[in-house]
Amino acid sequence: MTEEEIRSRLRGFVERFMRGHDLQDGEDLFATGYVNSMFAMQLVQFVESTFGFACESEDLEIDNFRSIDALTAFVQRKLGAPVA
Amino acid sequence: MELGPAQAAARAEFAAWVDAHVAPHAGAWDRAARTPPEAIARLAATGWLGAVIPREHGGAGMDWVSFGVLNEELGRGCSSLRSLLTVHSMAAHAVLRFGSRAQKERWLGPFARGEAIGAFALSEPEVGSDASAVQTTATTDGDGYVLDGRKKWTTYGQIADVFLLFAKAQGKPVAFLVERGTSGLEVAPLGGITGTRASLLAELRLDGCRVPKEARVAGPGFGLAVAVATLEVGRYSVACGTAGLIRACLDASLDYAARRVQYGSAIGEHQLVQRMLAEMAAGWRAAHWLCMRAGWLRDAGDPAAAHETFVAKYAASTAATRAALDAVQIHGANGCSEDYPVERYLRDSRVMEIIEGSTQIQQVAIARAELEARAAHL
Repeated sequence: MTEEEIRSRLRGFVERFMRGHDLQDGEDLFATGYVNSMFAMQLVQFVESTFGFACESEDLEIDNFRSIDALTAFVQRKLGAPVA
Repeated sequence: MELGPAQAAARAEFAAWVDAHVAPHAGAWDRAARTPPEAIARLAATGWLGAVIPREHGGAGMDWVSFGVLNEELGRGCSSLRSLLTVHSMAAHAVLRFGSRAQKERWLGPFARGEAIGAFALSEPEVGSDASAVQTTATTDGDGYVLDGRKKWTTYGQIADVFLLFAKAQGKPVAFLVERGTSGLEVAPLGGITGTRASLLAELRLDGCRVPKEARVAGPGFGLAVAVATLEVGRYSVACGTAGLIRACLDASLDYAARRVQYGSAIGEHQLVQRMLAEMAAGWRAAHWLCMRAGWLRDAGDPAAAHETFVAKYAASTAATRAALDAVQIHGANGCSEDYPVERYLRDSRVMEIIEGSTQIQQVAIARAELEARAAHL
């Protein structure tokens, strides 16, 4: 899976919760006020089922889920792809 | 929807075990305000303390419906002992779902065998429903944390070997596994409780209690997620246990109404008693099947399971209040004597409307979710 495909899938999921807000790639999605910290668990479940890997306890750091950029880099790491 | 053959067989096994080893002693445990170690050891020997732990980690690997049935049968016998299964399963689930490899290796096997008992420490003297306002702090100290604060109402805290404990680190909720005996952790018994009196409640005092980084469960910022996921398991266990409590009220009331004679007939033939029995019968069925459905949804991985568990707990606990009040009423003066179990059921029912989300919190949460779902549907 290319970085673009990963980014696009992630954006597609996150945008549903942004209520029209134009979320930037590096923007802290938890700071937008549209999602609370429980959303982090929904993101965990989404990436696990979409990209087919299990999140270990060590992965459960909020910084991995903080922005589209962070999420993309995290998923790439888990899939074993070199991070740009 | 019915129990599958394996589940039905499990239910029969649970019921027989409870009838033999729990129900005859629950009154004595309640009066002594103590679950004897032998009773806990006997439960541990069944392997059922490992109910939510998969077989590959040494657990019983029960599906959620079976776990619900176990809670219901145990709750029918003794709400206190059922609450041990609740908090222990919560701790086990947290380690399973969020724990590091080291934490899983350290705790899952001992939890499954009942060699270590886990408890849940979220509530504080000043914090109950408003759980995210926990005041216990976790201050970074080199590679670890120093915990300061107080926990209260910790079920089976008096004997727990490890506490799944929630604190705030730089304002963000974080979960820890804090072992009994850690320097700076004091465990004090909390007595004089109305209901589930044998549940060995404790107060925890954390004063400069240092824990290593490895004691943290998941990363910072995930504390709330750990709490919510764990509370969901607890809510399901309490809901099912409470359905069992209603069943106990119904069984006791039917037996009493069949043999107590007034005005020349068994009181079970008196219409106003019949009305109470009918309410109880309907109340048990509603609670039982809502619980079973919630378990079935959980087994199916259906996201609706969380909401249905709220509804099940709400329905079961409010029905248990009515059932226990009526059970005492049916027993008359005998219902006010510790020689009969119904007065204990009434005291236990008070706890069920308060723990795991009070009735008022349930009402708000359920109504909000229903309104949201309806608005999304339009």
